[in-house]
Amino acid sequence: MVFRESGYCSSRNDAFPTGLRVLVVDDDPTWLKILEKMLKKCSYEVTTCGLARDALNLLRKRKDGYDIVISDVNMPDMDGFKLLEYVGLEMDLPVIMMSVDGETSRVMKGVQHGACDYLLKPIRMKELRNIWQHVFRKKINEVRDIESLEGIESLQMTRSGCDLFNDGHFLGGDDTTSGRKRKDADNKQEDRDLTDPSSTKKARVVWTVDLHQKFVKAVNQIGFDKVGPKKILDLMNVPWLTRENVASHLQKYRLYLSRLQKESDIKNSFIGMKHSDTPSNYSTVNLGLHKPMKTMPDDVLNGTYSFSVNNSLAQSVDLKDQGDRNGITSVPMTEAKGALSKDIPDSHKTKSSQMSFDNSLGSVDSGVSFASFGSTTPARCSWTEIPEIQSKQEYEPLQPEDGFNQLPLPETSMIAKEVNRKRTEVKPLFDEYRSNLVEHLSPADLVDSFPVQNKTQMLKSQVFNPISGTKSSMKTEDISQNCPADSDFAQRNLNAAGIGVPLASFSEDLQICWLQGDGYPINFALQDFDCSEYNDPTLIAETPLYLYDAPRFDHEHLFDSSEYYAIDQGLFT
Amino acid sequence: MERNPMRRQLQVMRKSLFDQGYLDEQFVQLEELQDDANPNFVEEVVTLYFRDSARLILNIEQALERKPFDFNKLDGYMHQFKGSSSSIGAKRVKAESTLFREYCKSGNGEGCMRTFQQLKKEYATLRKKLEAYFQVARQAGPMETACRPK
Repeated sequence: MVFRESGYCSSRNDAFPTGLRVLVVDDDPTWLKILEKMLKKCSYEVTTCGLARDALNLLRKRKDGYDIVISDVNMPDMDGFKLLEYVGLEMDLPVIMMSVDGETSRVMKGVQHGACDYLLKPIRMKELRNIWQHVFRKKINEVRDIESLEGIESLQMTRSGCDLFNDGHFLGGDDTTSGRKRKDADNKQEDRDLTDPSSTKKARVVWTVDLHQKFVKAVNQIGFDKVGPKKILDLMNVPWLTRENVASHLQKYRLYLSRLQKESDIKNSFIGMKHSDTPSNYSTVNLGLHKPMKTMPDDVLNGTYSFSVNNSLAQSVDLKDQGDRNGITSVPMTEAKGALSKDIPDSHKTKSSQMSFDNSLGSVDSGVSFASFGSTTPARCSWTEIPEIQSKQEYEPLQPEDGFNQLPLPETSMIAKEVNRKRTEVKPLFDEYRSNLVEHLSPADLVDSFPVQNKTQMLKSQVFNPISGTKSSMKTEDISQNCPADSDFAQRNLNAAGIGVPLASFSEDLQICWLQGDGYPINFALQDFDCSEYNDPTLIAETPLYLYDAPRFDHEHLFDSSEYYAIDQGLFT
Repeated sequence: MERNPMRRQLQVMRKSLFDQGYLDEQFVQLEELQDDANPNFVEEVVTLYFRDSARLILNIEQALERKPFDFNKLDGYMHQFKGSSSSIGAKRVKAESTLFREYCKSGNGEGCMRTFQQLKKEYATLRKKLEAYFQVARQAGPMETACRPK
């Protein structure tokens, strides 16, 4: 049995995966000794704990150190069910409960609290041999969730365009889920405020921007380390929300944060890497403008917005090898895309949602192009060479820690901050960019323009509004119109900031460029900008959360059309 | 058929423990866990059990001295004790624990006291038998394999 994504893989002829890391918690020393031996016989890696408190400490210390927890129900320092709750929320690990008491009520309680199994003592070897199934199942479900989210209508575009999209997604495994969910929600309820927990299946709460915002606010108020679903629920004061909803959301939130963290690390390592690989030296900068999923008209919404500026900018700017500066300005998206097309899959081209900020643009590194905030989409889509980097970079801006504490409400600072986070290389550029941006845009605008992936949602709605107002031309055609004007600016900026996307024009372009992209998230802002505005991790971090149950913390999510529903709405209203 | 007389004696003792209901299937599970890495596993576990459960017995004893009985507390202690006893397959002791808990639930103090006395007796008997068993086991040397009680 081989686990696809897990670290332990049983290529032996054993029936179960060896090396499964199990944490056993039981106050009975005799049972602890026996279980340890039994699990070792199963070729699992065992850690024992006599106290729930110790177990939690161990789990927290090594977040990824265990695959499954087995705990007794009755323990002196903490109720086993409580431990179960904590573990589920904080670490999202499968937990098996044990007890000598097999009363139905107890078993039911266990299941209600989220136990994936309830074993009766004395426990048999054969029961322990099979515990790996819980770990496996969980992973499978996660993947499924993500995939379901993926299938959003707007995503389709992206999807069709990029094969990579799907592949890249799984960085964290959560992205797709939210994407798909979002899509469904969109389909169902054309309205931005999907707060209809009852209509969805049980616990399928739609975490709208507002809701998520409340959630994050509550979390921050309580203190990230001290949160608990009950506390959050109380603070949020949302009558129809249940503790379970909050609990599962919190779980995802934490996962998201940790993923962001990871990603930003990865991203850093990638900056500037692929850049050279791109034939055209264009790294599509995902402006991270996801196309608004929700009710945006198709043409607008299609997927990500291709930032036309991007095209023009890229070209004008740098164009390293393009030499087609002029063309840039007036180059229609498609054209610009053409330049990039090498890297972009056909479907993308049409969509033109790529903001292709030429990474090569001057100094901007691949980082720039990775503005796509974590959107794996662009990466996937067509950036043949950039894909990973892009996604990675995207993640960067989302620094979970900071961001989350700041609770962003769409503010430019948020995005900028996020972007800033790890963009050391491109920092200088971005700063400049940012300043430009700031000048031209109000924070809200900024936020809009730069879809902070996660935050985007929030931002977008807000930010985009102004933009959308002005832009009627969210269509491709307009882009070209706007581009020329901006190209200069873009050029200037690009050169300066290396990003090639002048803020001023950026915003405009942004508006214009909201092509129905394939869903290239226009992350550029996020990634490359060191804009402080974008730095608000919270903002970014939160965006994905608005997905239904499965917040897509991944940047990749951002590009899911589903994710951007909020954004879209704002943008296109 | 075991040639070594010690081993034969061991087998007889073992069979008797099962036949008389002192031990159940769980004990066999323990024997099956014993291997080269832990050649005295069963004895270690049993020793650990008696040491730890003695503490629990004491708790219950003290609780029974306080009148009126706190049945919840008593039930809690006995729950722990029962869980522990199940670990080595102490069948009779476990049965007494279950009975004790029934009395607790129905608030029958008399029943609790009576059952507890019986439980202590079974507990003491089991301890003696197992101590003797392991003594022979140590002398007999490692058993070939664990065998199920017929």
